[in-house]
Amino acid sequence: MAVPLTPDEALDGPPLSYNPELERIEIELLLEGVFRHYGFDFRSYAYASIRRRLWKRTEAEGLSSISELQALVLHDSAAMERLLLDLSVSVTAMFRDPGFYQVFREEVVPLLRTYPFIRIWHAGCSTGEEVYSTAIVLEEEGLLERTRIYATDINDAVLQQARAGIFPLNRMQEYTENYIRAGGKRSFSEYYTAKYDGALFSPSLTRNIVFSQHNLVTDRSFSEFTVIFCRNVLIYFDRDLQNRVHTLFYDSLVMLGILALGSKESLRFSQYEPCYEKLHPREKLYRKIR
Amino acid sequence: MAYEIVVVGTSWGGLAALRELIRELPAGFGLPLVIVQHRHKRSGQLLPSLLQDCTPLCVCEVDDKAPIEPGTVYVAPADYHLLIEDGHFALSTDEPVRYSRPSIDVTLVSAADSYGEHSVGVVLTGANADGARGLKRIYDRGGLALVQLPSTAESPAMPTAALRSVPNARALSIEQIAATLASLAVESARHSERR
Repeated sequence: MAVPLTPDEALDGPPLSYNPELERIEIELLLEGVFRHYGFDFRSYAYASIRRRLWKRTEAEGLSSISELQALVLHDSAAMERLLLDLSVSVTAMFRDPGFYQVFREEVVPLLRTYPFIRIWHAGCSTGEEVYSTAIVLEEEGLLERTRIYATDINDAVLQQARAGIFPLNRMQEYTENYIRAGGKRSFSEYYTAKYDGALFSPSLTRNIVFSQHNLVTDRSFSEFTVIFCRNVLIYFDRDLQNRVHTLFYDSLVMLGILALGSKESLRFSQYEPCYEKLHPREKLYRKIR
Repeated sequence: MAYEIVVVGTSWGGLAALRELIRELPAGFGLPLVIVQHRHKRSGQLLPSLLQDCTPLCVCEVDDKAPIEPGTVYVAPADYHLLIEDGHFALSTDEPVRYSRPSIDVTLVSAADSYGEHSVGVVLTGANADGARGLKRIYDRGGLALVQLPSTAESPAMPTAALRSVPNARALSIEQIAATLASLAVESARHSERR
């Protein structure tokens, strides 16, 4: 049963000889360089995560130090594109945490019915799995027609994937199971057509979705929203940046608007905790009350 | 040596082993104890509550950016990697590592790189090899490596792999591991008083 041990296999970490303080200097220099040259600001990302991702890229490029990676990405914009993908893609799933979508359907949808027009922001939507999940719930509840969903990400490549609406066919069994557990009302296969190894989702789901590039770190609010989804994106930010983004969300929500976070994210460490009430004891759904 | 954090990794058979370990820890246990147990992604709050039943120490599932407090038992949430930074946790939904999320290796490595010689890694029962590489990183950074004696493990594969990776790790029964951790905690408290 045991997986054979291959000690040489990449651990997404530095070689042992690496001095952790020197490593931090190199990482800070690289992020500063990337920001000044390309304008992408990863300087306030959570250190432990960005460090893993930088080593992953360093190893993938066949390099042995962060300084070498810095030289490569500053001089080669194609290498920067690859790094950008590593740093900005978040791995997600359709109806990730089915319990969350069930509560969204049961507790939030009735509130949304009271609005003549619903504006939803999926911030950091990555390849769009959760955007489609929301669209499916709203379609089944008869609300998609009067909803506009703004799905944004820093990375244009993932937005193109999201827009295309093609997801790996081999994930459909898992997604179907999630959908059922989330209280789905139809047969999940109604929503996609299988082709080769992809599942193409019905274009009618995206009729009211606008995909566009937006950088949570540097860009400002662009509208007022009834609901903001930002699930498992803030975990990649440090606490200062989390607070800055919470300011952006607070300013972008209508009074009584809903903020939806990932299941292990919390407003507990944010200055905005008193401005929201919890809509549910377990799921991270908050309503702006002041 | 003053230790500041303990990371325990386990998989198959882990619930019984963890309950035995936690039950043996004294009420005044003064180190943060971080548990990474492989489990189903929808397993919810069952594990923390089963552990809470057998200890007066506070058991909680980790929220992103939660500060690391002494005398607290932390459980890695299902379907996230648990990373350790200086003084607080960070979560990640990056790809599973060798089919596991949380990955024991990922947490052990990040403890080793943040806490170095002040870290303790423990590998208990399990039917795969997760933890072996992370435990090596703990050991190589000067931390303490403990492994459940394979003959006492419900599933010996994981402790065996850990011992193959770190031959100098101390192989102990659960009871001995608990006693070792308890005395380390006392020693570490004395050490930090002196400082």
